[in-house]
Amino acid sequence: MSDAIIQARAVEKFYTQPDGNRIEVIAPTDLDVSAGKIICLLGPSGSGKSTFLRMLTGLSTPSSGEVLWHGKPVGNEPPNVAIVFQSFALFPWLNVLQNVEAPLEARGVAPIERRKRALKTLDTVGLDGFETAYPKELSGGMKQRVGFARALVVEPEVLFMDEPFSALDVLTAETLRRELLELWLSKKMPTSAIFVVTHNIEEAVLLADRVIVLGKNPGRIRSDFEIGLAHPRDRKSGKFVEFVDYIYKIMTQPDAEPANVPGQVRPASTKPPRQKYQMLPHARTAGISGLLEILNDGGGHDDLYRLAEKLAMDVDDLLPIIESATILGFATLTEGDVQITLEGIAFAEADIQARKMLFREAALKHVAILQCIESVLKAKADHSISDEFFHDILDEHFSSDEVERQFETAMNWGRYAEIFDHDPQNARLVLSEPLVEIHPATKP
Amino acid sequence: MKKPHGTASLTPYRLWSLLPRLEPARLPDLLMFGAAIALFYGLIMVARTWLGPFTPQVEISRSAWALPAYACLSLLRITIAYVLSLLFTLAYGYIAAYNAKAERFMIPLLDVLQSIPVLSFLPGVMLAMVALFPSRQLGVELGAILLIFTGQVWNMAFSFYSSLKSIPRDMREAARIYGFSWWQRFVEVELPYAAIGLVWNSMMSVAGGWFFLMACEMFVLGSRDFRLPGLGSYLQTAASEGDTRSILWGVATMIAVIVLLDQFIWRPVIAWAEKFKVEQVESSDAPHSWVLDLMQHSRSLAQLKKKALFPLRESLMAYFARKHNATKSESVKSPRNMWIARIAGIAAIAFISYAVARVIAMLAGTTHAEAGELALGLGATFLRVNIALLLGALWTIPVGVMIGFSPRLARIAQPLAQIAASVPATALFPVVLLVLIRLGGGLGIGSIVLLLLGTQWYILFNVIAGAMAIPTDLKEACSICRITGWQRWRKLILPGIFPYLVTGLVTASGGAWNASIVAEYFHFKGQTYFTAGLGATISRASDSGDFTLLLASTMVMAAMVVTTNRLVWRRLYRLAETRFRLET
Repeated sequence: MSDAIIQARAVEKFYTQPDGNRIEVIAPTDLDVSAGKIICLLGPSGSGKSTFLRMLTGLSTPSSGEVLWHGKPVGNEPPNVAIVFQSFALFPWLNVLQNVEAPLEARGVAPIERRKRALKTLDTVGLDGFETAYPKELSGGMKQRVGFARALVVEPEVLFMDEPFSALDVLTAETLRRELLELWLSKKMPTSAIFVVTHNIEEAVLLADRVIVLGKNPGRIRSDFEIGLAHPRDRKSGKFVEFVDYIYKIMTQPDAEPANVPGQVRPASTKPPRQKYQMLPHARTAGISGLLEILNDGGGHDDLYRLAEKLAMDVDDLLPIIESATILGFATLTEGDVQITLEGIAFAEADIQARKMLFREAALKHVAILQCIESVLKAKADHSISDEFFHDILDEHFSSDEVERQFETAMNWGRYAEIFDHDPQNARLVLSEPLVEIHPATKP
Repeated sequence: MKKPHGTASLTPYRLWSLLPRLEPARLPDLLMFGAAIALFYGLIMVARTWLGPFTPQVEISRSAWALPAYACLSLLRITIAYVLSLLFTLAYGYIAAYNAKAERFMIPLLDVLQSIPVLSFLPGVMLAMVALFPSRQLGVELGAILLIFTGQVWNMAFSFYSSLKSIPRDMREAARIYGFSWWQRFVEVELPYAAIGLVWNSMMSVAGGWFFLMACEMFVLGSRDFRLPGLGSYLQTAASEGDTRSILWGVATMIAVIVLLDQFIWRPVIAWAEKFKVEQVESSDAPHSWVLDLMQHSRSLAQLKKKALFPLRESLMAYFARKHNATKSESVKSPRNMWIARIAGIAAIAFISYAVARVIAMLAGTTHAEAGELALGLGATFLRVNIALLLGALWTIPVGVMIGFSPRLARIAQPLAQIAASVPATALFPVVLLVLIRLGGGLGIGSIVLLLLGTQWYILFNVIAGAMAIPTDLKEACSICRITGWQRWRKLILPGIFPYLVTGLVTASGGAWNASIVAEYFHFKGQTYFTAGLGATISRASDSGDFTLLLASTMVMAAMVVTTNRLVWRRLYRLAETRFRLET
């Protein structure tokens, strides 16, 4: 494509750790952004969506590969872009007008011209009369309007948006989405393309002319397709639902990792001793229990999409819980359909103490890091070991932020299963008092 | 005073308005005008004395009439020192925050510098400055100013650095993506973000400046006796003559100056800095200042802003924007800069090694007797500092909690406590000493009282803040569960105020070590009172010009402070942050 504004050529992002170990965040990827389109980049958390956006804008330099704007490397001359941030990123000490004028100041625009352009943009986004207000006096929706105005005032060639509606309540987000579309469709926007990063599938189908779905570990493009529906789009229409279902399926298809294939007995003896630790989804035990109860009460299986709707949850928040249930062997996930297993039913119907036992069994059977922690603790004479040890182990597999999250999840699961206890003051893990291996009913 | 502008007929009212008159809106302008004249006069007077010939032994008058001029001179020293501190803070914090290589040694260095007692800098700084301007009064003045500077600067630098480090990523990226120049980023992002921390640390620093003013304006260095006219030297002279009347006059003047400063500088600045708070919703009770209101209504200031400040701001912004846009394609690290950095680094290493070698050579001259004295002094001062902390905590915890739990009491007590706290303890030393001597107590015990005077306020204010921060529902939960008396203290109050208490104790401990120098060694009524202690050793070494002993004792104290910080305070801090945080 020669008319592309941005061309990403084999861009890749990885972090090299002190011991030379490489953590790949984004696998080598090609991507073109051309004029006249709204592009939505979808992906679960941890797929490097934001990193990708930052590489395209030149905020972050790829570890290898290059980003070209009109054929020239992005580092040479900063492209004319703007970003709308999830957190708004307004300067709280500047009033609305000053916030919008700030980018023009940076471009050396004279005061009178600056004011004229800022007022015009504020008028476009519906902020008339709020010029002298400070951000803290505004509601979330109004703040994001200021964010839009600040972005539009520089007439960016490509407008980037990083989860622009995620921090807003449902109604406000819907209003702002509609306003954005109106501005774009009526060509009142001085931009030739919009690039939106989001984890909300419906939002993507509602806005996008083209959707790119990222997978994780490492981040890579799993699907890239056009949505040819006319605007305004009807959420209830068959085509719309088809697209949503399609994306759900892509996002929920298990990544090709053995740990994620449910119901399989691990042939532990034949595997090499140093197997890769599976990435634990960041779900808490309470969430897993809740999901299994709902599944069990609802007849044992449900469509993922319907489940998300029933719980009023984003798929991004629901998926980790379902993945956890599949890792533990409590549920299976095929083609967007969640099915509870026999173990899952037993768990859902047990009482608090019995649940802990079942969880413990499942965790020690399926979760590599918990197996490892248990065997190490049992082997040690004092049945305790410092956190550092497991941080070090995880360090070899994950980036440092991810290590924290992995550790936290493992901690949550392990403590619930009463495999070990955590002593935060000394930062040590301690083997729990051996559970009495008897039927829970005979407990005092 | 509101009149419609449309009616243009020549009424008596219009005629009347042609005459000059004093309408309330003009009053601020007159005040501003008067202030400008006074400032100008002051500048001329100061320039005359400072550039005048060197007079090491100014006769310090004890007449109360000399006090206004003395107060102004002291204030000027503190102001200049503060401005220097601010400039240093901005430069140091900026470099440390943005240069990862420099950061690695600049921050530990700050930690060490912070723990070196101010007075240990005295002989070196003073002699260097006098040597620089041997024939002018300027040398001694600069020396005093630099000393005050060393007492003010470190915590400010640290605050600025940590503010810069904690600017949210999105805010930084917004500045980058919209192409802010270095200057625009500085004035529109970094400085505003750091403002609140800088303001509070500035207040603390200036209060510290008053504390050391006493020592910096008048001191003996070996055979030389330096005196500078000022409030500090006035109080010191009055004290050494035992002139109670003059002491009281001096203390009264100091309190007056501090209250005025509070009303005319700090209140307005705090009220103004409110807009730099990074918060999502507006707080209900924002601080107010009548001076700020007055200034915001002054027409001449508005004119000044419109005619001078605004164009200045514009042209600066435009200049840096042009520069930024012209150079953006160049790579940051030009080979020349790399070479300069490398040479500077090598020079610094060479200098440091030389200094370390000299220090070791010097310390080799320490005798056994001196080493014994140091060890004994360290123990004595350590005991005194901790007893003072303990005593301080013992009375401030119940009182602070009482004030914090009762909004009505807080309204009355807090301003009073603030005034009491802002009176530098050094100014009160003579009074306390007079009483102690009359009672027959020695300086060994007396110095604990003096340390307490200087440091208890930090604990009190933090305890009040901590008690106020305990959520009402926790208090109610305690009442419902019938947790009262000692149980209530143990389960609710002490854990609740713990993080604040630790903060207060850390500040108080640092202050107490530093204050021990002034508290353990005192010239009074022509006699020198002292007691065994590290602070006394430092003071005596400085007095007699014994540099070896000064260096040794300073290093012992700095090492002690840094070690306790690392071993005790930092751990307690971490405990406070992890286990005793009330949020989320």
